[in-house]
Amino acid sequence: MTALDTVFSTCREEERAALVTYLPAGFPDVAASREAMVALVESGADIVEVGVPYTDPLMDGPVIQDAADRALAQGFRVRDLLGNVEAISSAGGVAVVMSYWNPILRYGPEAFARDLAAAGGSGLITPDLIPDEAADWRAAAQTHGLAPIFLVAPSSTDERLALTTAACRGFVYAASTMGVTGTRTSVGSGAAELVSRTRAVTDLPISVGLGVSTREQAAEVASFADGVIVGSALVRALGEGAASGAGLAPLRALTAELAEGVRRR
Amino acid sequence: MTQQDTEQNAGQDTGQNAGQDTGQQHAEHPGRFGDFGGRFVPEALIAALDELDAARTSAMTDPEFTAELARLHRDYTGRPTPLTEVPRFAAHAGGARIFLKREDLTHTGSHKINNVLGQALLTVRMGKKRVIAETGAGQHGVATATAAALMGLECTVYMGEKDTRRQALNVARMRLLGAEVIPVRHGSSTLKDAINEALRDWVTNVEDTHYLLGTVTGPHPFPTMVRDFHRIIGDEAHDQLQAVTGGLPDIVCACVGGGSNAMGIFQRFRDEPSVRLVGFEAGGEGVDTGKHAARFSSGEPGVLHGAATYVLQDEDGQTLESHSVSAGLDYPSVGPEHSHLRDTGRAEYHPINDDEAMDAFALLCRTEGILPAIESAHALAGALQLGRDAGPDTVILVNLSGRGDKDVETAAQWFGLTGEDAVQAEAPGDDADGPTPDQAHAPSEGIES
Repeated sequence: MTALDTVFSTCREEERAALVTYLPAGFPDVAASREAMVALVESGADIVEVGVPYTDPLMDGPVIQDAADRALAQGFRVRDLLGNVEAISSAGGVAVVMSYWNPILRYGPEAFARDLAAAGGSGLITPDLIPDEAADWRAAAQTHGLAPIFLVAPSSTDERLALTTAACRGFVYAASTMGVTGTRTSVGSGAAELVSRTRAVTDLPISVGLGVSTREQAAEVASFADGVIVGSALVRALGEGAASGAGLAPLRALTAELAEGVRRR
Repeated sequence: MTQQDTEQNAGQDTGQNAGQDTGQQHAEHPGRFGDFGGRFVPEALIAALDELDAARTSAMTDPEFTAELARLHRDYTGRPTPLTEVPRFAAHAGGARIFLKREDLTHTGSHKINNVLGQALLTVRMGKKRVIAETGAGQHGVATATAAALMGLECTVYMGEKDTRRQALNVARMRLLGAEVIPVRHGSSTLKDAINEALRDWVTNVEDTHYLLGTVTGPHPFPTMVRDFHRIIGDEAHDQLQAVTGGLPDIVCACVGGGSNAMGIFQRFRDEPSVRLVGFEAGGEGVDTGKHAARFSSGEPGVLHGAATYVLQDEDGQTLESHSVSAGLDYPSVGPEHSHLRDTGRAEYHPINDDEAMDAFALLCRTEGILPAIESAHALAGALQLGRDAGPDTVILVNLSGRGDKDVETAAQWFGLTGEDAVQAEAPGDDADGPTPDQAHAPSEGIES
């Protein structure tokens, strides 16, 4: 049983959803991003997604893209993220990496899987790598005991839901709305339907992302999904804390609020 | 499937059955060209790509569709475009004969219209009401805005902010045609970033929107589909040249940004082993300076904008910024089939620096009265070099992919023909100021006159 399996089975026993939080590595700088990810663990995040800043993040909205640009401008290197993964693991958290494919391809899928596993990582989410193109990655992940986590979307056909979930381990990432990352006033009515369609083809836990930013939204998603994924709202809180001198306080507060939300299913 | 099978398929994947061949023979890896191509995009787009693939496959075998496209090419685009021999220009090419395929004479002024009309018809066929496009030099944007106006579609064009400045005339043209032009300020503010924004828009609005991608890159089926809409260039040129010379060209030249005009003219000749296929990419200020768009000179295989292909990238896989005097070639990636042609040795690719391209630009203006797009001037410069190397009587076919009206301001600045100084300036080639055409190869008629 992997760490991801343990998280979701614990959450199931507690009759709640898991809180899955995203921050990009290297933002606002390398050291501060590690502290921020530890703060997520300490404030109630069950799983931390370590984002890899990339020059061409075509699924990200402006908040995450700006943070990634800043990390890159400050000299972020892909290998730096392994320190984030170690920090999360040391703090008792469960880390997965989220990356566009080219940085991993350049690193070497086998070498990346080896190094990520050695750092204590549990898996990799690939927003622009579908299972159809992922044979090398799936083999490397298998070798090193990592979970390949692919996305399903409202536009996915039932055939593709089956194909994609069959290739996933750990959990399935359900992109609840058609669009890029960023907070929304509503989560999207299609989310529950997508989860329901996905449940019909897999027993894996299903986490819902793209749009959640408040306790109420977290509770709403927790009512039908196994995991609630929050990204842009946390990135914004981290950025505001860094800019205002409040440090990690806004990030901790929002994480705690969201952790409360996933317990109100 | 073996590598050889894949290559053969790529080579034979022509004409009306293109979509079927690709779809059937690449069941596991649709749209692969050897190690390149594929679909590296969010899952949210897969359904739309499948829909597009099915639509183009059925359309290309539907006589009604092909007849309508042929009618538009004839009555609207102005096809066939002429083939023009340019002896005064060729006098600088070591005695080679140079023929230009005149895509600059199409409606809207570049080869881009061939693909756009095909995809716009597909958009209507799929029942979508809106198109989005990316554009670098603006020619693809103008063509898309034109087709959208013609067919009653809504149109949004993404353009890097830097390109909106250097191609201001085309921005105005697109707006006059009713398109919304959105300047993109992320990253390098050029074509690459415009594609990112267009993909974001598409992910969000895929239900009623078609992404009318303008070159032979992107996820399958775009590279194959765009190539097939452009193969008319090579088909016409082949027959026209045959009529004039009775044979095949020795060399076919084209500029390569994404590579659509090159793929269009190469396609008819790729199975003719005697014909050299040569693509010219932007060497910018020089491949050694780091300010260029020479993917095959210093790029590495990677993934960008949905396809596995050569990419200018650093050791972390981050995309490097490209540079070129030509907005249309200023792109850090290249169509995946070009990567395949390059790695299998079927085509060769060489960089042409900004100054070499501008010299060729000036030379064609002054010797033949033809103002080429700066993109196409890269192919012209390449043809001059190849002609000198290859010797007399070599027949070189150059795809003149577009006209240079959009580039007049850039060229005028390059040659110092704007502002108060312009009153005194003679012309490109005048030996007073600025970069000049290669004096050693100046035409006997006197480019300095």
